Amino acid sequence: MLKSKPIRFLLLILVAGVLFLLGNVLPDYRVYEGATASIYVIAIASIILLTGYSGQISLGHGALMAIGGYAAVLSRKYWHTSGVISLIIAVLAAALFGVILGYAAARLRGPYLAGTTLALAVGLPSLANQFHFLGGEQGLNFDIGAPPKFLGSNFSTTKWYFWICSIAALIIFWLVQNLLHSRYGRQWKAMRSAPVSAALAGINIARSKVLAFIISSGVAGLAGALLVMTLNLVTPSEFPLSLSFAIVTGAVLAGIARLPGAVVGALIIVAIPDLADQIATKIGGAERISANLPGFITSLLLILTILFAPNGAKIGKLVSHGSTRT
Amino acid sequence: MRLLSTLLIGISSGSIYALMALALVLVWRSTRVVNFAQAGQAIASTYIGYVVITHTNNYWLALPVAIMAGALIGALSDILLIRPLNKRITSGPVKEIAPVIATLGLLGLIRSLVGVIWGGDLKRYNAPVSINGFTFGHTTIPFSRFNLLIVFTAVAVMAIFAFVFQRTGLGLALRASAFQPEIARLAGVRVDLVRTVGWAIAGATGAIAGVLITPSTSLSPNSLDLLLVLGFVSAVIGGLESLIGAAIGGAILGIGLALILEYVSTSLAFPAAFIVLMLVLIIKPSGILGSKAGRDA
Amino acid sequence: MSLIIKNLCVNHGSIEAIHDLSFKVEPGELVAIIGANGAGKTTLLRTLSSLKSPASGSATWDDSDILNKKPEDLVRQGILHVSDGKTVIPELTVKENLSLGGLWRKDKQDVALATNEVLDLFPILSERASQRADTLSGGERQMLAIGRALIARPKLLLLDEPSLGLAPLIIDQIFSAIKALRNRLGLTVLLVEQNAMGALGIADRGIIINLGKLVAEAKAKDLINDPGLSAAYLGF
Repeated sequence: MLKSKPIRFLLLILVAGVLFLLGNVLPDYRVYEGATASIYVIAIASIILLTGYSGQISLGHGALMAIGGYAAVLSRKYWHTSGVISLIIAVLAAALFGVILGYAAARLRGPYLAGTTLALAVGLPSLANQFHFLGGEQGLNFDIGAPPKFLGSNFSTTKWYFWICSIAALIIFWLVQNLLHSRYGRQWKAMRSAPVSAALAGINIARSKVLAFIISSGVAGLAGALLVMTLNLVTPSEFPLSLSFAIVTGAVLAGIARLPGAVVGALIIVAIPDLADQIATKIGGAERISANLPGFITSLLLILTILFAPNGAKIGKLVSHGSTRT
Repeated sequence: MRLLSTLLIGISSGSIYALMALALVLVWRSTRVVNFAQAGQAIASTYIGYVVITHTNNYWLALPVAIMAGALIGALSDILLIRPLNKRITSGPVKEIAPVIATLGLLGLIRSLVGVIWGGDLKRYNAPVSINGFTFGHTTIPFSRFNLLIVFTAVAVMAIFAFVFQRTGLGLALRASAFQPEIARLAGVRVDLVRTVGWAIAGATGAIAGVLITPSTSLSPNSLDLLLVLGFVSAVIGGLESLIGAAIGGAILGIGLALILEYVSTSLAFPAAFIVLMLVLIIKPSGILGSKAGRDA
Repeated sequence: MSLIIKNLCVNHGSIEAIHDLSFKVEPGELVAIIGANGAGKTTLLRTLSSLKSPASGSATWDDSDILNKKPEDLVRQGILHVSDGKTVIPELTVKENLSLGGLWRKDKQDVALATNEVLDLFPILSERASQRADTLSGGERQMLAIGRALIARPKLLLLDEPSLGLAPLIIDQIFSAIKALRNRLGLTVLLVEQNAMGALGIADRGIIINLGKLVAEAKAKDLINDPGLSAAYLGF
């Protein structure tokens, strides 16, 4: 049932409606979290596509997000592009970088790819510190503009951001899901589980892998641009190594090859700092504990998940119903 | 003269990268796992060394304690995490990346524990020997007794590694278990135990690297992250397949970075590492000493 | 010190590779296990050396259970398995491959003694001692693998298709060596082979396995001389 396009589309419309209601009902800080969660959904989806499907590991998607973020900001600053165009430019810029990275990645396996993307994650964002036009450490401002007039004067910016992010997330979800069900998705799955047979069946493995990288990068770029939008600012410190790790963590929690799980993964990632705070106050911990608890919980979850549920939490299974059978 | 000092600095820092790379290559060779938790093992050991130093003011006591801590933590990492992981995951979409994820998780876990126990503020301890550059007549080069100690230690560790690997039964067992674990088992080698010893040795090596680099950088839960990345890049440059490669990779990265930092710009450390890495991988995708078979394995 | 196998059932994936297999090997016997490709012979040996876990059944050597153990533990009980295909470690030298066989042993003097015996038995290994094992020919690798096993002073030797891929002349050499070893050292040998003639030529008894089931069990020369069996299973 979940395979049929019209039904999935309706489901998405339904979800959109629910989100609209939530946006109006929940307090501002929850709405903001919702925006962040949507951004994570997009970023996690890019990893699911890349790692879960085409089997390539990237520890550096934070850097791709940074490229998207900076591209959006720069295009708005120097070319005065509208919000939507800025986002599109972000996608294109990141995708372009994905072309280069993809071709490099096609030649590298496992640990070499992990190492390269790791170095990328650490190296790229700090490049911005070097060049003045990238704003250095202080970064550059980014303002996507106030909510349109027709939404009423009481429409908060936070709600506006949430709308943009969640609609973007829904669109990406729709597009990526279709992609994963298409022949490309099947090619990637074949490549991952039986590379020799896939090659013999005529699949151009290198090209397929590069394609996955390009699309994954573009999607990550969008997430980066949206992140920058919600923060109204782009600086290198918004894209630390831990961001790349968090995205991969979210993907693993989701069930690395189950797209619907991206939502679960994103929610968990966003919920952890909150949860940690609550626990920290309960046990009356010092600042040491509250500062380290989120990291501790995330890492513990990651280890437990990979040990006991390597293909993702059961929730992911329920939702996907075998429509993304691995 | 400037070139010479730069090269010397490069060799000194490269020695530490090489040590980290050695640890990573050792684990990779014996378990086919890239141990990102190496940084966690190293930082925990370094903190333990720090505790010894603050209580006894004796660097030379702290070093062996840290080494033993590193060995213990390394061994526990294998026994508690990697062995169960390999037993459970034998196929599926996560097979290749599961160990990567697991060690990433372990890294975060150890780091946050370290943060809870010791706090995030920067701590310092001094080098055991002079950090003033050697003087020749009127010129002082930025290479001190401490740098000499670093290089010497790295070379000593590599020599010990080479000896153990090539000339002892343990080394033979380690190599056999890495190349063909099944055949090794059928020959009577306790492969699981041997692998754990490999992890212990790697942990000890990482501890040495951590203790050596800290006087120059000060100590915090994240202070070895950069070293992990640079150590990993060194290992990849060297081809991930041989310990000599790790040493060469460390030297290349150390010297390369020193040259870039000196002649191009002083704050390009991170991107510079990436540039060096990309250059090597473009020229030879399997690393300098790596083979094609090794790359695909 | 016999090998007793009772009602052994082993699965290979979802296929039942061995079904209800039972037989006995007396001490000092050389038993050949014959069958076509895919008959389950390799699975049998891998189960006996604990590389694989059976679904049900039992196997004992010298009255102690040998199933579901660790292969390296069985080595210490004198059970040595020379697997098919990859038998030596290509990246190590001949000398190192041999040393590997004696690493676990405490009696280093006897290890040295055994090593010399092996080098006398297979002089070519002496010549090639410092060469990497991947420079050896197929027959030489087989000798190296068997030599390595001998250094552990085995009591039960499980040989998986030692003649695979070897030239006829070398096959003769290998088979003669196996028989000579059994005679001299009193080993119990379980020899799995597709090369039925060669194997039955040196064996005391033969067991024919087809599709995981035991089809025939008799003295080796009776099997060779039974035209019905030869035609059906031995291909001649």
